Amino acid sequence: MNLKLKIWRQKNAKAKGGFEMYHVENVSPDTSFLEMLDILNNNLIHEGKEPIVFDHDCREGICGMCSLHINGHAHGPDTDITTCQLHMRKFKDGDTIVIEPWRSAAFPVIKDLAVDRSAYDKILQAGGFISVNTGGVPDANAIPISKKDADESMDAAACIGCGACAATCKNGSAMLFVAARVSSLAKLPQGRIEGARRAKAMVAKMDELGFGNCTNTGACEAECPKGISIAHIARLNREFLSAKFED
Amino acid sequence: MATLDSKIPQGPLAEKWSNHKAHIKVVSPANKRKLDIIVIGTGLGGASAAASLGELGYNVKVFCIQDSPRRAHSIAAQGGINAAKNYQNDNDSIFRLFYDTIKGGDYRAREANVYRLAEVSNAIIDQCVAQGVPFAREYGGLLDNRSFGGAQVSRTFYARGQTGQQLLLGAYAALNRQISKGSVKSFPRHEVLDIVLVDGKARGVITRNIITGEIERFGAHAVVMATGGYGNVFFLSTNAMNSNGSVAWQAYKKGAFFANPCFTQIHPTCIPVHGDQQSKLTLMSESLRNDGRIWVPKNKADVEALRAKKKKPSDIPEEDRDYYLERRYPAFGNLVPRDVASRAAKERCDAGYGVNETGLAVFLDFKTAIARLGEDVIRQRYGNLFQMYEKITDVNPYHEPMMIYPAVHYTMGGIWVDYNLMTTIPGLYAIGEANFSDHGANRLGASALMQGLADGYFVLPYTIGDYLSHEIQSPKVDTTTKEFDEAEKSVRDRIAKLFSIKGKQTVDEIHKKLGHIMWENVGMARTAESLTKAQEEIRALRKEFWADVKVPGTNEEFNQELEKALRLADFLELGELMAYDGLNRNESCGGHFRTEYQTPEGEALRDDEHYAYAAVWEYTGPDTEPKLHKEELKFEAVQLAQRNYKD
Repeated sequence: MNLKLKIWRQKNAKAKGGFEMYHVENVSPDTSFLEMLDILNNNLIHEGKEPIVFDHDCREGICGMCSLHINGHAHGPDTDITTCQLHMRKFKDGDTIVIEPWRSAAFPVIKDLAVDRSAYDKILQAGGFISVNTGGVPDANAIPISKKDADESMDAAACIGCGACAATCKNGSAMLFVAARVSSLAKLPQGRIEGARRAKAMVAKMDELGFGNCTNTGACEAECPKGISIAHIARLNREFLSAKFED
Repeated sequence: MATLDSKIPQGPLAEKWSNHKAHIKVVSPANKRKLDIIVIGTGLGGASAAASLGELGYNVKVFCIQDSPRRAHSIAAQGGINAAKNYQNDNDSIFRLFYDTIKGGDYRAREANVYRLAEVSNAIIDQCVAQGVPFAREYGGLLDNRSFGGAQVSRTFYARGQTGQQLLLGAYAALNRQISKGSVKSFPRHEVLDIVLVDGKARGVITRNIITGEIERFGAHAVVMATGGYGNVFFLSTNAMNSNGSVAWQAYKKGAFFANPCFTQIHPTCIPVHGDQQSKLTLMSESLRNDGRIWVPKNKADVEALRAKKKKPSDIPEEDRDYYLERRYPAFGNLVPRDVASRAAKERCDAGYGVNETGLAVFLDFKTAIARLGEDVIRQRYGNLFQMYEKITDVNPYHEPMMIYPAVHYTMGGIWVDYNLMTTIPGLYAIGEANFSDHGANRLGASALMQGLADGYFVLPYTIGDYLSHEIQSPKVDTTTKEFDEAEKSVRDRIAKLFSIKGKQTVDEIHKKLGHIMWENVGMARTAESLTKAQEEIRALRKEFWADVKVPGTNEEFNQELEKALRLADFLELGELMAYDGLNRNESCGGHFRTEYQTPEGEALRDDEHYAYAAVWEYTGPDTEPKLHKEELKFEAVQLAQRNYKD
């Protein structure tokens, strides 16, 4: 396959960025999207040009390190996968592909296609945990949990923290990310104990960090590579409201 | 010169850990506040250690190369975590888990460490449940288990096909709690490039800020390496792209001994290589072998028809299929240990029965399980793995079998540690995959997660206190001393040298050459000849690298080529030590298969008389041979025997 690539280049966080055009040739349809960028970078180095910076690590869709808006879609045109799992067979020979970094006020560009997502860490540091120290905990089977609740908790816990939800949302809201963690812990008896404190602390931190509000467009759910449902946002809202009543 | 003292406690095996804990020193809360600890890496070992040490009251600094601690490669572990809970009433016990692990490792691990691992395994499951890890459950609300290779009991706890992710999110949450309290300070996108020694003790690190290129110094009273394995020396492996062996290698060059570097695990169930543009290999969890059956055709004609795409696998009738693991190993069948399953696949493919165009693939088939259990049950158990397979290969595994082939996955070898997990450098610890201690010559499935969390939650927090109890009078480490000056200078020199070469080959191009040398000569089957050849070729390639590599840009920016070049420079030395170690070990054991040493049936043939030791290597200089030390392995609780998975 031969492809034209329109890629966002930006020297550093302060520099003004812009699109540049590139060409890659003889790409196998079985190649992954990031391998296609590897080929481009290898060519650029030989041509004495600066290779394109992009975040990636596990290349099997679980670490959440890769990002990229591809032709206007977070993680590209395919559903339920991350960019690293996208393969070139989803494109046609001769296509022009537009590649941009996440666009969100809370995720500033660091360089080229890499952005700063440390805001997500900060939200989880505000309360995305159960306050138990190592040791001195009960036997694992001491608290039976219904299979349904455990499964729902796991559905929410599948979030990989990639940032596609906030980057896709027209308001730049992190509600799906926050809801996934709150909901996962809220479905378990261990997590219920500090449920109210957790919901308030995480929402307050999200607001403080400049993420927008949720207006229920559902765009986050549509682009989430792990298919996290916006039903979790409803649960987060219930948790948050009942926490307010407790005040 | 450092000497080898494993510090295995006295007394019966089952009482060693309790006795040891009772006799080692502890540090008072007031003194813990005055002590600094650096943890490098935030996978299961690093995150659990940093969180637990922070909870105890130490001042902890934790470094990772990713943009968040949550992205460490433990996140990608799929299948599960072992523990001796015996929740299934199938006669599991601490001893049985210990025994399976020692036997699975082909009798090349240290008994006392493995017993302790089995002993603390149950507490790990309790801890994870308390943290809110959503393990799979039965309808009655209790925890579910599945089976894994090398065991005849069901002792593996799991969270769908994402167990590593869920365990790491648990440890990361505990770490986040300490970060919010201020007891742990986190440094993401920071790469440790050197360990600093003062008066022979580990006292700090030199780091590079991956975004700005700034070189910084950090001091501490103890340093913990939780940096994972070095499988990426093969270029193609199941490791994440950024996984590397550099911290371990720099520690080795500063005096930490390196044990059993040739012990590499080749995992049997990975998606086959498709071409030379490939950047990494994807694992398909071993848990699939619970319900999947591995086969190749019995007849060469069917093999040809499959390769020419004239037949689909489902066209081949039962009587023409060779379920070769079930045939060769009736007692364990498809659940033999990884090294055995990998070699059996290689044997069939070498004999000409490989089922894809490259001839390097076998089938993993769910037809029987789907007929028995229905597609829904299979989807519940492995849905995400089937989806991952289909996205990568464009083949629906509910209808046609998966194609799989062995790939480099895990390194059992690593930095030598004593019973306290301390290296031969005082104050420098190695935990998780970075050390050598628990898996011998082959790791069993679902045991890496167990070891990472055992070391981080329940072993290191005790043993490090014993060392630090002698450091309570030590003031904060001064990072302006000549030792820090020298370490920083050597890092800056190394970086400057890489930029100065301005050669013609990219880092990846040279890395692929190294990978090729390693896979062909230090891979699944090795000979004295191939290992000698590998050493020569690696030495030549190393020269080529330092004369012809092209590293673009500057240090003072986000420069991913520089990161890769620094790591490859170390792999080009580490690869040679792996070949050296493989050549020294004139026997076959676990993942180390020397073609010259095999039974008439083609199984690994150990030589316990001469090689029942851990080969522990000491660095002696850039152009001199490493020095071999031997840690004799004494087996008191188990009888050395040829591994038998047949009956």
